[in-house]
Amino acid sequence: MEAYLNLFVKSIFIENMIFAYFLGMCSYLAVSKTVKTAVGLGLAVIFVLAITVPINFLLDTYLLRPGALSWMGSQYATLDLSFLSFIMFIAVIASMVQLVEMVVEKFAPALYGALGIFLPLIAVNCAILGGSLFMQQKDFSGVAESAVYGLGSGIGWLLAILAIAAIREKITYSNVPAPLRGLGITFIITGLMALGFMSFMGIKL
Amino acid sequence: MEKNVSNSKQEPTILFVNKEREPLLSKKNRKLLSDPMDDNNPITVQVLGICSALAITVQLKPALVMSVSVMAVMAASNVIISLLRNLIPNRIRIIVQLVVVAAMVILVDQVLRAYAYDVSKELSIFIGLIITNCIVMGRLEAFALGHGVWKSFLDGIGNAAGYGVILIIVAFFRELLGSGKLLGYQVIPDAVYAMGYENNGLMLLSPMALITVGILIWIQRSRNRGLIEKN
Repeated sequence: MEAYLNLFVKSIFIENMIFAYFLGMCSYLAVSKTVKTAVGLGLAVIFVLAITVPINFLLDTYLLRPGALSWMGSQYATLDLSFLSFIMFIAVIASMVQLVEMVVEKFAPALYGALGIFLPLIAVNCAILGGSLFMQQKDFSGVAESAVYGLGSGIGWLLAILAIAAIREKITYSNVPAPLRGLGITFIITGLMALGFMSFMGIKL
Repeated sequence: MEKNVSNSKQEPTILFVNKEREPLLSKKNRKLLSDPMDDNNPITVQVLGICSALAITVQLKPALVMSVSVMAVMAASNVIISLLRNLIPNRIRIIVQLVVVAAMVILVDQVLRAYAYDVSKELSIFIGLIITNCIVMGRLEAFALGHGVWKSFLDGIGNAAGYGVILIIVAFFRELLGSGKLLGYQVIPDAVYAMGYENNGLMLLSPMALITVGILIWIQRSRNRGLIEKN
């Protein structure tokens, strides 16, 4: 239990997708103008990450890894399909995103309109593919661990986009130099926040 | 962002009305190439493809190779999706696009491995990450799905070039200030170091890539005031 909790905290703060690895920056920058849309996108990312990481873990364990096919018989034990992992992962991710898109369009049309082009772009949100690729590197022992990791990374991403969206809502009232307004100041604030988050990197859990 | 959406809405009607052949490099087509360089730059205006811009700009050489690879992938996948645009059912377009892009990335990866093994080894992960580079998907969604083959090709080249320009500028400053080198050769003379100059190690860390891009946007918008955001 403690191991799961450690992994959870670690994936939220120490290995934060945005501040430690800069994954998923595009939608992070473009959809963080208001807290409401930011929360919507953040929840979608949590959902997709928490589902795709365990699915891809199963794919990796039973299909792709060197020797993973040994359950089919001893003659398959030497096969190594890991070169297919990119295309398999991205296919799983894309179909999950399509599912989320349909659900959001059906049940929350206002949110669908607000997210616009960035909902389909979750499929190419580097945070999602990055989550699966990190999972592959980390050698988790079971599905539960990978699910906790996916959930934690998603929550970390939501946390980051929520923080920047709140700052951006407040910053509309301050006198930023005109050419720096909007995107420019967001980049610089994110850079400063990332410098702050670098201090978590020394913590060992 | 808004700019480019309105663009894609106007274009098809013009194409439809204008039946006679237009020259290959008409004024409108040249605009497709030149717009992404400045007014409609994929990174600083459309906000696409940031992740890799931050990850590979520590040195100039990977940034150069990355720009060329992205250009090849974008031009090829734009052309393919534009050819298929009337055949792809709307519901599964993302999967089709991803498969096309992934196939193109694998091709580029194999070519790099065959002809430039050292660079490919240096870039291995980042070449794979072109699949998730939102700039490719973003342009497929916003442009290639609604336009003809030649226009889509030009759009791909133009946007990749606009992306490359930003990568190269950021990498130039980060390598110059961070390690005193350009393309791996030392450019800041030893005499300057002897006088007490130090490389700025902070430039090698990722947060400085964000801040450099922020400053670039600042410079671009103070030059081109039409791009300034309202609030």
